[in-house]
Amino acid sequence: MSHSGPPHSGTHNKLIYMANQIATFFASQPRDEQVAGIADHINHFWEPRMRAQLFAILDEEGGKGLNELVIEAARQIRRPTPVN
Amino acid sequence: MSLVNEIDYGTPASRSERMVTLTVDGMEVTVPEGTSIMRAAMEAGIQVPKLCATDMVDAFGSCRLCLVEIEGRNGTPSSCTTPAMEGLVVRTQTNRLKDIRRGVMELYISDHPLDCLTCAANGDCELQDMAGAVGLRDVRYGYEGENHVFPAAKTDGALNARWLPKDESNPYFTYDPSKCIVCSRCVRACEEVQGTFALTIEGRGFNSRVSPGMHEAFIASECVSCGACVQACPTATLTEKSVIEIGQPEHSKVTTCAYCGVGCSFKAEMRGEELVRMVPFKDGKANRGHSCVKGRFAYGYATHKDRILNPMIREKITDPWREVTWEEAYKHVASEFRRIQYQYGRNSIGGITSSRCTNEETFLVQKLVRQGFGNNNVDTCARVCHSPTGYGLKTTFGTSAGTQDFDSVEHTDVVIVIGANPTDGHPVFGSRLKKRLRQGAKLIVIDPRRIDLVRTPHVEAAYHLPLKPGTNVAVVTSLAHVIVTEGLFDEAFIRERCDWDEFQDWASFVSLPEHSPETVEKLSGVSADLIRGAARLFATSGNGAIYYGLGVTEHSQGSTTVMAIANLAMATGNIGRPGVGVNPLRGQNNVQGSCDMGSFPHELPGYRHISDDATRDIFEKLWGVTLQDEPGLRIPNMLDAAVDGTFRGIYIQGEDILQSDPDTRHVAAGLAAMECVVVHDLFLNETANYAHVFLPGSTFLEKDGTFTNAERRINRVRKVMSPKNGYADWEVTQNLANAMGLGWNYTHPSEIMDEIAATTPSFAGVTYALLEREGSVQWPCNEKAPLGTPVMHIGGFVRGKGKFIRTEYVATDEKTGPRFPLLLTTGRILSQYNVGAQTRRTANVVWHEEDLLEIHPHDAENRGIRDGDWVKLASRSGETTLRAKVTDRVSPGVVYTTFHHPATQANVVTTDFSDWATNCPEYKVTAVQIAPSNGPTEWQVEYEDQAKQSRRISAKLEAAE
Repeated sequence: MSHSGPPHSGTHNKLIYMANQIATFFASQPRDEQVAGIADHINHFWEPRMRAQLFAILDEEGGKGLNELVIEAARQIRRPTPVN
Repeated sequence: MSLVNEIDYGTPASRSERMVTLTVDGMEVTVPEGTSIMRAAMEAGIQVPKLCATDMVDAFGSCRLCLVEIEGRNGTPSSCTTPAMEGLVVRTQTNRLKDIRRGVMELYISDHPLDCLTCAANGDCELQDMAGAVGLRDVRYGYEGENHVFPAAKTDGALNARWLPKDESNPYFTYDPSKCIVCSRCVRACEEVQGTFALTIEGRGFNSRVSPGMHEAFIASECVSCGACVQACPTATLTEKSVIEIGQPEHSKVTTCAYCGVGCSFKAEMRGEELVRMVPFKDGKANRGHSCVKGRFAYGYATHKDRILNPMIREKITDPWREVTWEEAYKHVASEFRRIQYQYGRNSIGGITSSRCTNEETFLVQKLVRQGFGNNNVDTCARVCHSPTGYGLKTTFGTSAGTQDFDSVEHTDVVIVIGANPTDGHPVFGSRLKKRLRQGAKLIVIDPRRIDLVRTPHVEAAYHLPLKPGTNVAVVTSLAHVIVTEGLFDEAFIRERCDWDEFQDWASFVSLPEHSPETVEKLSGVSADLIRGAARLFATSGNGAIYYGLGVTEHSQGSTTVMAIANLAMATGNIGRPGVGVNPLRGQNNVQGSCDMGSFPHELPGYRHISDDATRDIFEKLWGVTLQDEPGLRIPNMLDAAVDGTFRGIYIQGEDILQSDPDTRHVAAGLAAMECVVVHDLFLNETANYAHVFLPGSTFLEKDGTFTNAERRINRVRKVMSPKNGYADWEVTQNLANAMGLGWNYTHPSEIMDEIAATTPSFAGVTYALLEREGSVQWPCNEKAPLGTPVMHIGGFVRGKGKFIRTEYVATDEKTGPRFPLLLTTGRILSQYNVGAQTRRTANVVWHEEDLLEIHPHDAENRGIRDGDWVKLASRSGETTLRAKVTDRVSPGVVYTTFHHPATQANVVTTDFSDWATNCPEYKVTAVQIAPSNGPTEWQVEYEDQAKQSRRISAKLEAAE
């Protein structure tokens, strides 16, 4: 990824990249910890608007560019409720 | 107020547990075996006259002044070199001793100038004191003979070849050979305390004199200007220039250095509100009486003319600044922040706490964000340095901090230093480490660059693993491979303290052939023999300690490397006692503290996740608000959100993100997209070029508070002068909070600490009264550990069982190729600190005026680059220019630079790749190309221009408000 021209905004691509980086780490962990690990990490550290963007990629683009494990983990990632 | 006087016992304390009792001048005194008679006497309150002895260095026995008589022994032995023994009867004052001492003093004074009244040491001269102590009344030898005192003979004006002029080459102290008594305290301080060996005694007998290097000027020698020699000097031979200019101090307070994470204690010695000098405090438990050039000397920035003392506002960042009253500034910020939140939502603003400010100030900034802004968009500069430490150690051990105190190194037998350069970055710890290495501890250095520790006087690493930047995980995992496959792990420790099943899973993972040294050699460039040898040495040499720095954390796999290090320590049983452990060397003075204080967007103070209802409840009740249970934005996420238009305002206290954060263009774009950037700082830093409001900050000399160093030690910061800008930083934050209607009323930082203690279990026992009594404490400090916790995880891990984690190496996507064939890595240098905002405004620039690019002779020759040439450094992110330094300290294929100067803008070339877990930027690996160049790049010219425009100040405020 990264240096090739982004089809959307930089943030969009960066988000996919970050999610995949997390997936890459957990992919090397024991089988039963992989999906839960990714979901748990994103729930713990991603601000709601980042998770909202992630869900937009999943919902609107079918998760294009996302690692399989991220897509699998999405069911356990908390969908943010809009705050104001 | 008076000077904090420390007793000089003459010789260092003995560590023996066996006690002996002797009689000194009729008084019985009991001391540990190995204590000198001089020290035993001092313990009994009897001061034996002395010149060459001081308790920072070992006894030497050269001045012949401290002689004593011992019943049943012949002669008059020197009390500094004679150990106390059971039953000795010692007399320190007899007619014989009096005569000898007076004779010795007479000889000393016969070759010493008698300009006491105008001498800089007047009032602080041990030679003068001793002349008084021995009752010297007459110098019968006169001054006509051979001497080192006068440039020319008084009688015939003949030049005196023995006389040497004053050496004023060092910016901070002078060396006046005419006042030297050749006690060699300076030489021994340089050797024993600092470990640099820059000083020696040249010549013999009457010809002997102190010489920096080979009879060089101080500035030209190997001297690192730590000042230990100046502190050791009993006369005016080595004297601080500030003392020469100002005179002797009249009162002092103990405070904590505001530079690196070692957190040295100093006596700030004052005359009125003028700082005369900083003297390291012997009872300081981090530094034990030592310092480096920054802490001791580089405080001039506090009074530098560049400091901004009035608040300023501007509509647009292209406007000049306009000075306003504090009231106007607070009102403006409050209304702007509220407007932005009204317009773009509650989460559209945030704050950055400062790792240079106190715990109390940091706590208030995160409180302002959480209570006042109503969100969790708070982060701190630890994001870009040690956030992976927090993540990695919390996951494996259960707590986000180093496991030891610095004293621990005195019990270490084998040390791994990985991705750290202590002699430059953490100099006082570096000196303590070198001392232990000189005593025989073994050293393994894992670093792409041949740092000083690899080979320096009387220290040589057993192994240096010069790995390719970005391959830490592969190499550390490979060390584990050797330890596991060769059966060198500590099974008893693992079975008792860790989860055995997890260990077995991990052990089978690291045992895979792809982690063998032979495979890892191919990608890391480190020969398999070195990896095997280092692993064996670490696992089999006794107490093993690992010290690491940003060369570990600032990678795409920073968190993974921290966990790999933790695995290694657990597998070898090196946790939970003195001499071992996992020790992150923290960058900034209070980066540990700022993390502890809840500066991360996902954590409340004490590392408790924001989603934890019970923790939120504590703060909600106290603060009277509902806290969001979702994590906020981290610094890079804030900038991304700013570019996206959902983040519009920020309050930045004491942090220069434009210069210190990676990919400068991206940071600039993020800042430029915001509507209200508030910078609270000492100077118009680089970030302020994009600010709309500037709030003047105060220095560590101007406020009370606490800093927490890398060993979790909470040290007091004490105010020694009034804030030049009028307010301490905690007061500014409080006034801002009150402008937003929060109704805070802290009258002293101790009240903020009380709130921290009341809400945070690991700080429950911390009060200013306790710190006053104990000097400092290391958290956790609570009912279970009322005086704090020097070593963590004794008997068991904080999280219960230590957790082994698989650490798979994943190559960074920042790869070399035909266009960018070299790997750039970054670091720092002793005399400069971080982005240089402070040190560039001191005389420290004489050691480092500009950032240099270190390049291997082979790579330089290929490109036609000679030492000192201007070169262009280009990456996929951007390009800059700087001068080249051709050296084989770096391997072929690797280049290195520092990031202390804004003109260089090293971060224009760094990328926005970051650690997978924490978004800590990958500063340490950037693919680059180097080419000869004629001068600054277009970006540098534009930047310089923009910076100059941005710093204009119009409309000065009338003086009185």
